[in-house]
Order: sequence, then structure tokens, then C-alpha cells
Amino acid sequence: MKALNRPWAWSFLAAGLVWLATIWVTKGAASGGLTEAALTFAAFSVLVGIGQMFVITLGPGNIDLSVPATMTLAGTLALKLMDGAEGMVIPGLLATLGVGIAVGLANYALIKALRIPPIIATLSMSFIIQSIAIWSNRGIRIKPPESLASFTTSSTLTVPNVALVALAVSIAAWVLLNRSVYGRQVAAIGQSLPAARMAGVPVDGVRLATYVLCATLAALAGFLLSCFSGGAALNMGNEYLLMSIAVVVIGGSAVAGGDSNVPGIWGAGLFMFLIVSMLNTYQFQAGYRLILTGLIIIAVILLASGRKGGRP
Amino acid sequence: MQDPVLQVHDIAVRFGEVTALDGVSLTIAPGECIGLVGHNGAGKSTLISVLNGGLTPQTGSVGDGPYGIARARSLGVRCVFQELSLCPNLSITENARIAHRDLPAFGWRGTARRIVSDSLDAIFPGHGIDPRAQVGELSIAQRQMVEIAMAFSSPTAPPRLVILDEPTSSLDAGLAAQLLAHVKRFIAQGGAVILVSHILDEILSTATRIVVMKDARIVADRPAADFTQGSLVQAMGSSAKELTARRAQITGDDALRLTLPHGLPFHARKGEIVGLSGLGGHGQTRMLLALHEAHAPQWWPAATPAVTFVAGDRRLNGTFDLWSILKNMTAAALPDLARHGLIRPTAEATQAATWKDRIAIRTPDLQNPILSLSGGNQQKVLFARALATRAPVVLMDDPMRGVDIGTKQEVYRIIRDEADHGRTFVWYSTEMEEMGLCDRVYVFREGAIVAELVGEEISEHAILAASFAESNRGAA
Repeated sequence: MKALNRPWAWSFLAAGLVWLATIWVTKGAASGGLTEAALTFAAFSVLVGIGQMFVITLGPGNIDLSVPATMTLAGTLALKLMDGAEGMVIPGLLATLGVGIAVGLANYALIKALRIPPIIATLSMSFIIQSIAIWSNRGIRIKPPESLASFTTSSTLTVPNVALVALAVSIAAWVLLNRSVYGRQVAAIGQSLPAARMAGVPVDGVRLATYVLCATLAALAGFLLSCFSGGAALNMGNEYLLMSIAVVVIGGSAVAGGDSNVPGIWGAGLFMFLIVSMLNTYQFQAGYRLILTGLIIIAVILLASGRKGGRP
Repeated sequence: MQDPVLQVHDIAVRFGEVTALDGVSLTIAPGECIGLVGHNGAGKSTLISVLNGGLTPQTGSVGDGPYGIARARSLGVRCVFQELSLCPNLSITENARIAHRDLPAFGWRGTARRIVSDSLDAIFPGHGIDPRAQVGELSIAQRQMVEIAMAFSSPTAPPRLVILDEPTSSLDAGLAAQLLAHVKRFIAQGGAVILVSHILDEILSTATRIVVMKDARIVADRPAADFTQGSLVQAMGSSAKELTARRAQITGDDALRLTLPHGLPFHARKGEIVGLSGLGGHGQTRMLLALHEAHAPQWWPAATPAVTFVAGDRRLNGTFDLWSILKNMTAAALPDLARHGLIRPTAEATQAATWKDRIAIRTPDLQNPILSLSGGNQQKVLFARALATRAPVVLMDDPMRGVDIGTKQEVYRIIRDEADHGRTFVWYSTEMEEMGLCDRVYVFREGAIVAELVGEEISEHAILAASFAESNRGAA
């Protein structure tokens, strides 16, 4: 039972149970395909979720709602820049990172200079970003370079490549959160901003870096997603707004900030994909599917938070 | 003798380890104005909270039968708080609706407007305040006037005891005189007033009886005519312990400077222990925060921090509640414990272990959560956090609250030792004894430094005399 004391344990437990429930109905027929799909789609959720996790760790009120728009803009601009040419892969990637850094800087500029609460600042920023994406996209669907398209859709040693990218980012994020001065300072700010300031934490610098990190990971996810799906679409980021927050919460990070973990994001990302697959497999109608999704998420969060209440 | 307005008998109030009131008895008769004095932490505010029903003492009796806020109001007890308690987003009339529950359900606006206007006219003739105005648009002085007027007014039964806690702190001399004249009229008509003020002139000229509090007890309770400025200051202080500063005047370069908007400028030399004294809440903490803000990193981490801070208000700006003792202790020194931005676990553990021994933190394991420690031990962790940095200046915001006497001695020794090695300490404390450990003391009053005491000049008497304005708002 001791393993269940880990804050991320419940999300993996839930993901595992849902996986088994799905496999049981299909009599194990599609287990390989299901796992591969789960890993692929979880990878995108993990990328945006990690960025959102750092922002949420900063404490009450901190959230980045510009994630979907940033994904769309990064995908759109990068694909337009590359225009399917193999030689342009590196510039495309650099453009993606540039979009992320610019959005992060702009977000924090609004929060800091105009003293707008993050929820409003990032929401209004997302309208601006989305408008730029619409303006530059103009409804043309540009295909990604062949090498990127095949990289994002194929696997290495049966593990999808995008999942490997997300895994590498996760390991880096884990080190950053648990072993670095920066991660310690993010958690300090999340617990008490005045105390962090009095302990000599450069509060503005750390918060700025965190918003930039979140936007950069969102841009990277948008880039990979548009290569994976054969082109950028204006609505491609939509489902990742709630997804990025949901994986943080289900993964066992504290919504009030100051206490987060990286593994839970994976458990939650897999769970969020598998739950939809399971309900599809059981052939529920769309309405019931959504209701059940909501109920199951509530149940997992209740179980996970019950653990916290029991701690001394 | 007439029936008393209110009587408290042998009450005691304790907050954890701290005794705020210890066997206090007080009888308030109609027609008297009690001047309540005592330096900070003496128990005045606690006594007021008991009288207005906001706090129930652990032992002793207040009035007859159960006592609480509702009972206090029905007895006609009113209180004007030091911190203004009006809602800024409502009009004066609407605030009166909150204060006076006995306003009629219909047509209360008219009644409220009338009684507040009448009361304002009576206390502050020519006030020029419109009762329909929104409180947020009023100046601080006007808000204070409204609050006082509201306490003296009532739609039904008139107030019998009005408690005024530092009522003149934001009024100018003319308005203060009007208020004190009204207090005299009020008691002449049989009302009772408790007046708390740090301006001794007001107390001596207005009060009929003076109650002096010290260390949670009443130490003197005599007619006002028996006191003079000097004897009052003496009654507040402890005559037994005279303080002695440790060292001769320190010369050398300034480590820190700050010019305040009023009063004397502040500076601290290298290796100096500078005390900030005076009554609590008179600008000491605000100046420490300003010093910290001016020197702390905001955007980029500083390789060597210029200042470090020991919080007195642990809940507000001290502890990180979700963290272990270890993480709390090393929070300010992280850049020193890291290589390429990554924390070296062994360096962190070594530093924490060193300070655990040096400052004697009582815990079996530094991985335990910070909240598992007692308040005093949490405070020691905050000391260790600040002292473990390489910052040449340590700012301390009354950090010894709740620390036991043995630990205090230990910390005093460490502070002295560090100062001898060239560290500068700026130390705000409400404890007189600690001012005796300082090389130089600034006394604060009303947000400004009003006196500077060096070496031999530092004494409890000198600090008290400077904290309480000798003449009505002369030096301020």
C-alpha cells in the first residue's frame, strides 16, 4: 500500500485499470495498437501538461490559457516556413521555439507590467495569438517535410517516436523540478510568494522563466502534432486547454501550487486517452460517454486527494 | 458609588506559550475616562478585545453571566479600532447599517444618515463630510472621524462605554482637540471612555484615571492627577533592569543607508548591530521591507545576496509549509549549494546538519515537515536560513517571538559573534532587553525615526521617553 502514498500512483492505477477493462472486451485483440495509440496521444498531453504543471506550481492564480493558441500558431508558422522542404527542418524547429519564447515573454509582460491576473492575461493573449495564426494560415493546408511526417508517425523499438521525445522532455523536467535551484524556487514561490521573496528568490525572473517554459513546450507540442497529423489546423489545439490542466490535477500535483510531480502527468495523459477509448469500445453514445468521462475523472481525483487528507 | 458600566475580574488570556493577560481586574464606572497606557505587548489590545467581547478569557469573569460581542453591544460597549474597520466600497450610511443592527428595517437610510450627521456635528463641528459619500473616497482622517462618530451614535440606546484605541493617530491637532473635548462632555453626561494613546499629553489632560499595563498585568491604577509625564514613563518601564550597550561606537563604512520621508535618515555600518525600537507598528517593519526590497534580486539570482531577512511573522513571510525542515533551512542559500544550477544533495545536507547543531534545532530528522516543529524551533530554522547565506547584512523583523530563553541566549551569542566578523544586523524588536544588545538604536514613532541612541545612551527609559511623544505631536 505504501506505493499508493506517492501522489502520482493513482493516475497510473486508473490508467492501468482502464487499459485492462478495454483489453478485456476486445479479448486482447487490439492491445498492441491501443497501447501505441495511447502512448502517442499521451505524449502530446504530457508535453503541454509539463509546461502547465510548472505554471500551476507557481501558486494560486497562475495558469496559462494560451496553450492551445500557441500550439496552433507554432504549427502554422513552422509548417509555412518549412513549406515541405527537407532543408528547412532546423529553421522550422527554431521558429517553433521562437514562437514559444515570444508568447511566454508577452504573457508575463501583460501579467507584470499591466498587473493583469494570469488567467485574464493569458486568455486575452490567446485571442491575439489565434488571430495571428488565422491571418498567416489563410486556410491553406501545407504538408510537413516528409522526414518529419514519418518521424512523428513511426516507432523505435515499438515505442512511438513522439512518446520518446515526450519522455526525454519529462526526464529533463523531473531534474529541473527536483534537483535544480530553479525548480526549488518555483515550489517556494508556490507555497508563499512573500516568504520566497524574503528568502532572496528572484521572484519575477523565476515566474517569467516559467511562463516562457510553458509556452515553449506548448509550441513544441503544436509543432509535433501538426507534423503528426499531416498539417496544421486552426482548431488543432482546442482540446489541449483542458487536457493540459486535467493531466496536472489527475497526476496528483497540488492545484494550489508548491507541490508537483512529473510522473503523474504520464499516468494522467495515458488515462485521459484510454478512458475515451474504453467508452468507445463499450459503444456508449456520445452523451453518456462525456458524462462517464467526467464522473470517472472526479472519482480519480477524489481517491487521490483522500490520500493527502490521511497524511499527518 | 454608582453601578459600574462593566467589570472584569481576575481574567487571564494565553495564546499558546504567550501569556497576554495575567490576573487583570478592572472596574469601569460611569462618568470616568480611563487612560490605558503601556508599551507594546503589555496586553492593552488583548484587554480591549476582551472588553468588546471579541475574545473570551480562559479564566476570570467579564460582567455577569456569559459575555460576547452581542452582549457587549447590548450593554452599550463600542470600540473604535486602530485599524480602520469601515468597508471602503460602501457609503457612510451603508456602513452605519452594518454597525447599528438596531436600525429600523424600513427607512433605515434616513435614520442612519441623521444619526451619523448629528454625531459628526457634535464631535467635529464644521467637519464637511457628506454621509452619502463612499468611504473609499474619504481621507484617512475623515474615515477615522466617521468611525469615531459612529461609535458615539446610536439609533436606540445611547452607548455607555466607548473604547478609543489610538483614536488621534491620524487626526491633526485641531481635530484631536475637538475629539478630546467631546470625550470630556460625554463623561460629564455619565458615559465612560477607555482611551488608549501613545501621546501622554492626551492621556494626562483627558483621563480621570490612568491604568498602566506591563507584561500582561496592571502595574498602576491611580487618578490621573497623581501622574506626571516622568512618573508615567517610569511606571511603564521596568526600573530594575537598566540596559547597557555592549560596545563603544563603531566607525567604518556604511553597509546600508535609507532616507525616510520624515525624520532622521537611517544608516548602518559594517559590523554594527542596529536596533529598531519604539512602539509596534510605527514603521519599523515597513522600513525593513523597504531595505529588503531595495537590495533583493528581482529578475536574476544574485551570486552574493546583499541582504537576508529573518521573518518575525512566520505564517506570512517565513516558512514554506509543504517542505521539510531541511528545505526550509537551505532556501536562501541555494546558489551556494549548487553547481551549474543543480543542487548538490551532499552539500545541502552538510550545511543543514551544521546549522542544526549550531542553533540546536530539536528534531530527530531534518526530513520531517517544518510544521512538526514548535514555533520557537521553526523560528530557529528561519535564523539558520538567513545566517547560512553569505549576505553581509541581516535584517531581522522581531524574530524572537516564541523563542525560549535558552535559545535566545544562544542566538544572541551567534549574532554578536557574526557582527564581530563584520556582518551588519538591523534588528527590530519589541523586547527591551534586546535593544540592550545593540550598538545603536533608532526609535520610531508614526513612521519616522525620532531619536537615535548610541552606546551608553540606550536605556529602557530613553527608548520609552522617545516612543511616547512628550508634547502633543511636536516632534512628529
